[in-house]
Amino acid sequence: MKIVVLVKQVPDTAADKRLDPDTLAVDRGAVDGLINEMDEFAVEEALQLVEKHGGEVTVVSMGPDDATDAYKKALQMGADKAVFLSDPALAGSDALATSEALAKVLGTLEYDLVILGSEASDARTSLVPALLAERLGLPQLTFASKVEVDGSAIRVNRLTDYGHDVVEAALPAVVSVVEKINEPRYPSFKGIMAAKKKPVEALDLAGLGLDAGSVGWAGSRSKVLDATVAPPRAKGTIVTDEGNGGSELVGFLASKKFV
Amino acid sequence: MMTAMLDPTLPAEYEDLRKAVEAFAREEVAPVIGDYYERHAFPYPIVAAMGRMGLFGLPFPSEYGGMDGDYFALCIALEELARVDSSVAITLEAGVSLGSMPVYRFGTDEQKEYWLTDLCKGERLAAFGLTEPGGGSDAGAVNTRAGNVGDSWVINGSKSFITNSGTDITSLITVMAVTARDDDGRAELSCVLVPSGTPGLTVEPGYSKVGWCASDTHGLVFDNCRVPQENLLGERGRGYAQFLRTLDEGRIAIAALATGLAQGCVDECVRYVKERSAFGHKIGEYQAIQFKIADMEARAHSSRLAWRHAAGLLLAGKPFKKEAAIAKLAASEAAMASAREAAQIFGGYGFMNEFPVGRFYRDAKILEIGEGTSEVQRLLIARSLNLV
Repeated sequence: MKIVVLVKQVPDTAADKRLDPDTLAVDRGAVDGLINEMDEFAVEEALQLVEKHGGEVTVVSMGPDDATDAYKKALQMGADKAVFLSDPALAGSDALATSEALAKVLGTLEYDLVILGSEASDARTSLVPALLAERLGLPQLTFASKVEVDGSAIRVNRLTDYGHDVVEAALPAVVSVVEKINEPRYPSFKGIMAAKKKPVEALDLAGLGLDAGSVGWAGSRSKVLDATVAPPRAKGTIVTDEGNGGSELVGFLASKKFV
Repeated sequence: MMTAMLDPTLPAEYEDLRKAVEAFAREEVAPVIGDYYERHAFPYPIVAAMGRMGLFGLPFPSEYGGMDGDYFALCIALEELARVDSSVAITLEAGVSLGSMPVYRFGTDEQKEYWLTDLCKGERLAAFGLTEPGGGSDAGAVNTRAGNVGDSWVINGSKSFITNSGTDITSLITVMAVTARDDDGRAELSCVLVPSGTPGLTVEPGYSKVGWCASDTHGLVFDNCRVPQENLLGERGRGYAQFLRTLDEGRIAIAALATGLAQGCVDECVRYVKERSAFGHKIGEYQAIQFKIADMEARAHSSRLAWRHAAGLLLAGKPFKKEAAIAKLAASEAAMASAREAAQIFGGYGFMNEFPVGRFYRDAKILEIGEGTSEVQRLLIARSLNLV
């Protein structure tokens, strides 16, 4: 089977991030970029499926021209080839614009399955998987904690607040995965060396036949109007035990859906 | 790698390996290793994960399940592991540099095919039995005998401090033994491959060690331990020459490991001095603390340059004996000094096993002893200078 995995380069979550005061977007130049952690689970799931059923994994990434670490990491883990979409006009793309560009890239590829992380650690909208499925006219199976492929059918465990739903669809389909799904492998030295020789197709908007006005700042429907520093965390609730401490605690946990 | 002397950045593939091992050590080793250390338990799941990552196959070709890397790549991995923990680093060092490397370098095609594939995957471990109860630095003073009886070698004697010799996954112990003596009583030394579990081989209970508490170290006793004739490793009588080469390389590996420990001390202290206050200030604001950490950083950096230079010479096929000795001497003494200062900065917490710097302090001392004491390194350096 042919699997496409979408990966995004994000600022290192461990680094001190700041917003660019002019654009109110994350200042990506100020911190190291790396592959979005959740996307490593998507790559791992694709590699495991291909190891089981045969096929190939193509990794697709979109970002500034120096945001190459994310797809390189996926190639080092074992993906077969990469497509990298980069164009200055893509800067500022919101989830809607991003999904348009990515859908266009997917239109140039053959695939049975598209896998991506269920959210990126920078913006955390979790919108792209659903938007992309809609644009491609494919079934969306989001928040998957388990994926099984049987012939032309796919079945996933879709994580919910209380457990999981079992969802089935016909291929091709779009699947977003959560961290529970597997343990991503670390690249081996052989994988690192092999990745240097793997094909990377570089695309820009002109090559893709996409109008610059439909993506980037120009094509985005959402705008960040203002940003303020998050207030410090509020004080916790103190439960004084006057014989009813136990039930108070359980009531609190239940209200937060922990029990 | 010789270009490394002109271009101080690592080639991209080594830097990517370094990042991968750094992430592995931070995510998989750091959270759990303290508990293994406390219990003096061997961290099997970590070693298995290191195996899956290909670390045990780094310097070996893919025909034996290796990674097609080199000794430099191995040393990069050792340094990054030792930044977090030395027990897992020495398990890798001994497994590859002492366990597998002699088989790869001196073994027949059959021996290599039979032993190396599992070893490269980290599914099995190999050990090298050189040191004896009565001979540490005097490594040539081997008393263990391997007699040629019929179609077998019959081994009698004992070995001390043998890393990786008693794990559940140990498959092989290469033993240095006297296979003959000439008329003047001079020993002919050879290496013999002894599979784990061979009758007549007793693996003694693990030592109670000051440091490296999550690594596997045992004494071995051979009592009429019989292995087939074809288990001779390489040429008969070449044992001494083989182990000299093995130890020269091993010194670079220990230097890389010691550099990692020294760097780990810097990492821990940089974090701590920004959190800890005394007399109304973060302790990082005090120059007494700053100077200690500046010295630690300088030692780690110099140690790194020294091992990378020696490893660069090794890869280029140039003589590296003196440079390896200098790297081993400098890095191990740097590690010891930095561990002492790191523990000092942490105060009482530095004396607690649950803090990494407490472990670093306990793990540093052996670096000045194992694979050639600091005195032996000075001897080798002095000898290279033709002083007499």
